Amino acid sequence: MEVEILARIQFAFTVAFHYIYPPLSIGLGLLMVIFEGMFIKTGDESYERLARFWTRIFALTFGIGVATGIVMEFEFGTNWATYSKYVGDVFGSALAAEGIFAFALESGFLGILLFGWNRVKPWVHFLATVGVFLGSMFSAVWIVVANSWQQTPAGYHIVGEGLDARAEITDFWAMVFNPSSVDRLLHVWVGAFLSGAFLVLSVHAYYILKNRDVEISKKAFGIALSVATIFSLTQLFLGHKSADGVAKNQPVKLAAMEGHFSASGPADLYLMGWVDKQNKTTTGIAVPGGLSFLVHGDFDASVPGLDAFALEDTPGQVNAVFQFYHLMVAIGMALIGISLLGMWMWWRNIIYERKWLLWTFVFAAILPQLANQFGWYAAEMGRQPWVVYGLLRTSDAFSQMVTAQQVLFSLIMFTLLYTILFLLFVYLLNKKIKHGISNPADMMDVRTHQKEITDKLLGS
Amino acid sequence: MTDGIFHLTYATWWYMVIGALFTGYAILDGFDFGAGAWHLFFKKEESRRIALNAVGPVWDGNEVWLVIGGGALFAGFPKVYASLFSGLYIPFMLFLFVLILRAVSIEFRSKEKMAWWRQMWDVCYTISSVSLAFLLGVVLANILQGMPIDAEGNIHMGLIDVLNPYALLVGSMTLALFMMHGGIYLMMKTEGRLFAKVNLLTKNAIIGFLVLFSLTTIYTLIYIPHLSDRLKENSTLFFIPAFGLLSIANIPRLIKKNKYLAAFIFSSLSMTFFLIAVAVELFPTILISNIDRSFDITVQNAAASDKSLGIMLLFAAVGGPLVALYTVFVYRTFKGKVKLDEHSY
Repeated sequence: MEVEILARIQFAFTVAFHYIYPPLSIGLGLLMVIFEGMFIKTGDESYERLARFWTRIFALTFGIGVATGIVMEFEFGTNWATYSKYVGDVFGSALAAEGIFAFALESGFLGILLFGWNRVKPWVHFLATVGVFLGSMFSAVWIVVANSWQQTPAGYHIVGEGLDARAEITDFWAMVFNPSSVDRLLHVWVGAFLSGAFLVLSVHAYYILKNRDVEISKKAFGIALSVATIFSLTQLFLGHKSADGVAKNQPVKLAAMEGHFSASGPADLYLMGWVDKQNKTTTGIAVPGGLSFLVHGDFDASVPGLDAFALEDTPGQVNAVFQFYHLMVAIGMALIGISLLGMWMWWRNIIYERKWLLWTFVFAAILPQLANQFGWYAAEMGRQPWVVYGLLRTSDAFSQMVTAQQVLFSLIMFTLLYTILFLLFVYLLNKKIKHGISNPADMMDVRTHQKEITDKLLGS
Repeated sequence: MTDGIFHLTYATWWYMVIGALFTGYAILDGFDFGAGAWHLFFKKEESRRIALNAVGPVWDGNEVWLVIGGGALFAGFPKVYASLFSGLYIPFMLFLFVLILRAVSIEFRSKEKMAWWRQMWDVCYTISSVSLAFLLGVVLANILQGMPIDAEGNIHMGLIDVLNPYALLVGSMTLALFMMHGGIYLMMKTEGRLFAKVNLLTKNAIIGFLVLFSLTTIYTLIYIPHLSDRLKENSTLFFIPAFGLLSIANIPRLIKKNKYLAAFIFSSLSMTFFLIAVAVELFPTILISNIDRSFDITVQNAAASDKSLGIMLLFAAVGGPLVALYTVFVYRTFKGKVKLDEHSY
């Protein structure tokens, strides 16, 4: 039991930390492609400066994303050996595809993206930017496919019994397009676009407020605001589609997300509330029969609640699933509100005088991050007690050979390392932002200055 | 169900794919670990930056080979992946720890000008590079000599057992090998006084490597007979280690003739030949049980289904050339001596 809990804490902690970075890389990648594409198309130098500036921020997030991502891959083997044996045949092919088709593309072009500005032609550089962006999109494809297979397994059969039981693939495309993968992939992609767009909005709102690089910031702000508006609205529909899928494929998870207990009968839709699992009550502000309406289009339709399932097949932390889910939805709504308000003021050309709104954008960058995190907490805690839904229990999946002390050791190690990493990340991000968008003249200065130093040091 | 390809089963092909991936990883991350291990030998700030930027645009892509290799092992031989990674828990966790530390050191060192800041990250960079090379050798040594694997495939080993004399020897040899390999790489990338310094250091590394390599060979031949069984039975296989030895012998010769790229290629070839030699000796076993050889984890009993392996072989056939293509493109873009600019680390 103790090993299981520690292994779960470690996995949750390392994956949650990791997940700060890839969505930012994907989202910033989109904005970088737009900025650089605008530069290629219009020849307007300010877009090139934006692309270069955001590439520097991107480098920071990408580096940490790669480093913390390797940990995740290894942890399947180190901490979840039984799970690895069970799912290797199915999960493995998705992971292998991710490595070959996504990571290699991403990292191959990253060198040119970061260091190739003065070495390759602009269009080749643009191609590298697109390559890195597509690579990051593909990596999301395969890892979300693998995770979705854990939620809604398809295209497999079970061979062997007891300890030797394992899933074997029977239909690759059925595995890839399992019932939840497309919905969840789109949901994840758009969540990533939002986290990138809101970071860009935040930084440029800050520059405008501080009266620095104002003209160039306004261009970036307009583009990022359009991206944020389009995708925050899209996310409303995608989120709803995802929830529909949960209702169909994982009714227990849906019941936990809405704190719905009674085995049959209409289910309410809570705006906020508190779930008491012991007494099987949920108190809060709700639309009576709202969940029934969303799922079946009928306020009186019956939705199976937690009581309809055996206790050992329901999630342990119902209230946490409920809260994380509702926080995610609330943040999603807030993002729509902020974007639309911004769009309205932008259209009336008064946004840059509304200081309070710009300050809202400065701090709003944290919101998509929180929504991404909370959404995953709800999805994964709602899947419990299964690691592969309906097939393999989490309590059967961990490594038998690893002791609690060993996991505690690695957990402490990662906690220390990641804390330092996070502090450094925030410090350097802040520093890069404070440094501002350098202009071409600055770059020339740096180069000549460096040459002087080189000559001096090499004694020539 | 299926005959495989050219009379070899899909599992055997996948064994070779994984071998190729880890060989590629050893060659690529090998030179950047090696370059990292030399880092503190360079005293001037400018020299350190040049050495760091020699690996700057490529270290990240090199690490992807580890990600792909790990994924390929997980997918193709889930039992090996599960047993090895959970059995060597602490070594792998330490490996991950230093791998992250190294990435962070590269990323952060040049972001601040303070001398103490740069020195701190330089120290972390060297320590992590050295540890990674050493740990890779330790893991390899344990795979080569066999581990206490029970009938369920569980490995019963404490940290002290993992760090046995053979593992320490192979770990040290791997470090010397990578320092030689990384030194040759740095020679291609540097000029002037820094180049002269690297040249001198690499010569020492070659001597160190030759001594440790000889010791490892002698130890292996005497105490780990199963690593030369097949060679003794079938003398035609002798060409593999022979080519390995010739490749090693070629390295100092080419360095003397100032042909650094050729020296680098032969340094890579020597690694390739010796890894092929051990792959041939181990096959079809992947993890040897020294409790009872019937508990061995083999290519047959650990493989994923033919269906799964077939899909992944297709991926490898399509993806492999693509990866090769843009790897070549990146190395061509950054070929030649390092020139620092405003985008450098």
